[in-house]
Amino acid sequence: MTDAPLLELDKLSTHFVTARGTRVVKAVDEVSLSLRAGETLGVVGESGSGKTTLALSIMRLLPTAARIVGGGLRFAGEDLLAKSPSEMRHIRGKRIAMILQDPMASLNPLFTVGDQVAEPVRVHEHTGRRSARDRARSLLKAVKIPAPEQRLREYPHQMSGGMRQRIVGAIAMACEPRVLIADEPTTSLDVTIQAQYLKLLRDLQREHGLALIFITHNLGIVARMCDSVAVMYAGRVIEAGPVRTIFNAPVHPYTQALIESIPRLGGGPSRLTAIDGQPPDLASLPAGCSFQPRCPRALDRCREEAPGITTVAPGHTARCWLAAK
Amino acid sequence: MTLLEAHNLTKHFPVRGGLFRKVEGAVRAVDSVSFTIEPGRTLGVVGESGCGKSTTAKLVLKLEEPTAGEIRFDGQSLQSLDAEGLRKYRKSVQAVFQDPYASLSPRMRVGSIIAEPLVTNESLPRGEAKKRVAHLLERVGLPERAADLFPHEFSGGQRQRIAIARALALSPRLVVLDEPVSALDVSIRAQILNLLVDLQRDLGLAYLFIAHDLAAVAHMSHAIAVMYLGKIVEYGPAKTVAADPKHPYTQALFAAALPAHPDETREEIILAGEVPSPINPPAGCRFHPRCPHVMPRCSVEVPPLDMALGREVACHLYDGKGQ
Amino acid sequence: MSVSTAAPSRAVGLPLASRLAAFRTEGFPTFPILILLVLVFTAVFAEFIAPHNPEVGSLSQRFKPPAWIAGGSSTYLLGTDHIGRDVLSRLIFGARVSMIVGFTAVIFAGVLGTALGILSGYFGGWVDQVIMRITDTWLALPALTFAIFLAAIVGPSEWNIVIILGAVYWTRYARVIRGEVLSIKERDFVRLAIVAGCSKMTIMRRHVLPNVLNSAIVLATLMLGVVIVTEAALSFLGVGVPPPKPAWGLMLADGKKGLMAGYWWLTVFPGVCIVLMVLSANLLGDWLRVKLDPQLRQL
Repeated sequence: MTDAPLLELDKLSTHFVTARGTRVVKAVDEVSLSLRAGETLGVVGESGSGKTTLALSIMRLLPTAARIVGGGLRFAGEDLLAKSPSEMRHIRGKRIAMILQDPMASLNPLFTVGDQVAEPVRVHEHTGRRSARDRARSLLKAVKIPAPEQRLREYPHQMSGGMRQRIVGAIAMACEPRVLIADEPTTSLDVTIQAQYLKLLRDLQREHGLALIFITHNLGIVARMCDSVAVMYAGRVIEAGPVRTIFNAPVHPYTQALIESIPRLGGGPSRLTAIDGQPPDLASLPAGCSFQPRCPRALDRCREEAPGITTVAPGHTARCWLAAK
Repeated sequence: MTLLEAHNLTKHFPVRGGLFRKVEGAVRAVDSVSFTIEPGRTLGVVGESGCGKSTTAKLVLKLEEPTAGEIRFDGQSLQSLDAEGLRKYRKSVQAVFQDPYASLSPRMRVGSIIAEPLVTNESLPRGEAKKRVAHLLERVGLPERAADLFPHEFSGGQRQRIAIARALALSPRLVVLDEPVSALDVSIRAQILNLLVDLQRDLGLAYLFIAHDLAAVAHMSHAIAVMYLGKIVEYGPAKTVAADPKHPYTQALFAAALPAHPDETREEIILAGEVPSPINPPAGCRFHPRCPHVMPRCSVEVPPLDMALGREVACHLYDGKGQ
Repeated sequence: MSVSTAAPSRAVGLPLASRLAAFRTEGFPTFPILILLVLVFTAVFAEFIAPHNPEVGSLSQRFKPPAWIAGGSSTYLLGTDHIGRDVLSRLIFGARVSMIVGFTAVIFAGVLGTALGILSGYFGGWVDQVIMRITDTWLALPALTFAIFLAAIVGPSEWNIVIILGAVYWTRYARVIRGEVLSIKERDFVRLAIVAGCSKMTIMRRHVLPNVLNSAIVLATLMLGVVIVTEAALSFLGVGVPPPKPAWGLMLADGKKGLMAGYWWLTVFPGVCIVLMVLSANLLGDWLRVKLDPQLRQL
């Protein structure tokens, strides 16, 4: 049974619909992904590519204007889209947890760290105050916070950014979830603190067989952390596959340019490969392939027809007419 | 000839507290820092938050006055500048900041934003200023009609281009770039870095490039200074420092930098703990509480920034290994 | 009213809660603007609209009730007062007094307060200390009492009232504007202006002032109501606009003697005028506040 995916998205589409239904913004459009226990998937994209909406769709935590309009979402063999809100509440936080970018916004400034770490345990497992407290202490120890006993009594503002993000990690791990979605978890952290945090996440993953989804704009994080990667552009996954395949032999021109545009250590002043133009506005996408106006290798066909999913190699898919040939 | 030279530059911010707001201590944001910038070259400054890199930028821009030490531009000390000298300095040194949303006045048209340094410093006829603005816009890759629009009509990358055009208006010799691409999308970053490289090549600009993104700094710079808690810990040619960092902090920083490829594996150095407060920096070497190679003398004796292995490094590990 | 048609087109794509909020706040304040326009129009063209001279009455026509009440006549639509002056004409000319006093006092206070607020916020240090301590002292005094005190010293006249009101109310501007300036001067575009070589005066004029103008305008609209009520109160108490000039507050004061005798129109009409004017100014100010400056919502 280890081969069955733990989380599976099948052509999942989430649209923002305006009040009168006149305008539809396809924030997530026919996204198919799968994730096994112990695996790490990187979802890469720029701002407005729909990566955060994708994460919220999996959690079913969408704002009211957004709706999952089609496709399937299965977790451990269960259809998540068929769950009632109260059933979802039992899954969220307990079996699928999430870490957000800004730890200060994720923590309530009026409660002690101990209360907040203990909360999911008390809510989901109905444990008493005392044993929840003990769990909170061991959780802080698990995320390698020094002097946990003392930290439990402190408030978020008394801690540094890195420490706060560890607390958020402890809260996410409180009920031993099977899937952890991390949305830009280290963007607000310093380089050496980011290294600490990434190592922590990897350790936690190994210990608990966690399936990890990394939502990020940073290909470097993907290169360091992930087994597979899905590149998003304008709401669609334009290329997905094992991380080495994607880095060594990217098929989609966007992925290629993205990889080549990262400055490398020891390069010295020289020109980088840049992608011309701006990311498109999701509300008014160009005709055909949405990357076509910025694509250096666009064909006539690209301007007329949006490419479907092509399997380049087993496990490696792309949405590009160049790959379809 | 050296364009800009900072010598023992120091900036302390007083910390006030208590009922009568007495001075209780000082944030030692920049502590006795020396560096030089050559004409047409880039000095990259890296470090994490609180290391003093932004304060250094403000000192160079004369937005803050140093507590001690001096900056010499073209051989002349900034402290001794008269009003005319200051005007000339302001014309020679411009800046681009991190947040393109905050650095453009929201109520001015792009044309007047770019023309402001010109209008302030040179009495130009209207038509001439307009021509110069059009030329600057073209230079940074924006259409001429952009001049009539307001900043909110542009995306982040385009705004950063506008900010660069403004910085170029007075044909400066040094541009301070304080995290110029950190707020931009990945696909836009390379555009802006390329533009900066082109401008340097064509106009002979010198850059003071400040960033926390090591790869970007290494990519852009001729020389790199690594700062930790207000001090430069390693300083030398970019290639030497990036290829073979010597100071344990630089090593950890470079090891922590994210790889450009999954096969690119580096030795993993995970530093313990966090950057201490600059109000009470550790005695001796400021890095010693987190240093994997810490020795007894490190907590007592401040290591001087000395020449070792082709760069300057402030670490007792390299004592006596000069030249 | 156009409230229901104006909002939704802008609010598309938002969740219900924020759409409701947008609906409430984006509704164009037709009613207040209409009232204010009518009042401004009346004030400007008072000579042509008013059927009678507001300052001259005939004693034979004292205490005429409004036209639709038994004993009233169509010559005096809203009746006459204790010396036979036409109430309607006095209201019309009163609008002029209220407008002139209200607007000039608000502008006077606004210019003074905004200038001091910008100086205080931008320079900081002892300049800030001095201006803010004066502001604190000023704010500690009850506005009306302070105004009466000043009026008693300089004596009543229309322009003295303007100066007094300006002197009493500039502090509110100074406070709010200073706060805004404190945050604006830390913004990057101000730093870049210094780097570009702009002088302090230029920066305050070109970069700081335009960015606090919204707040100043919102504040001015809200202050208009306060100033007009204060003017009316001062006139009512006899230290405001001197008689026989027709000011609404003065009309109230004159009319109160007749209240017990059943001459209700002498107090009700000027009262209604004051209420309408202040209400309109406040509604307009509230709308502008949300429209122009979300940061001021909690003001």
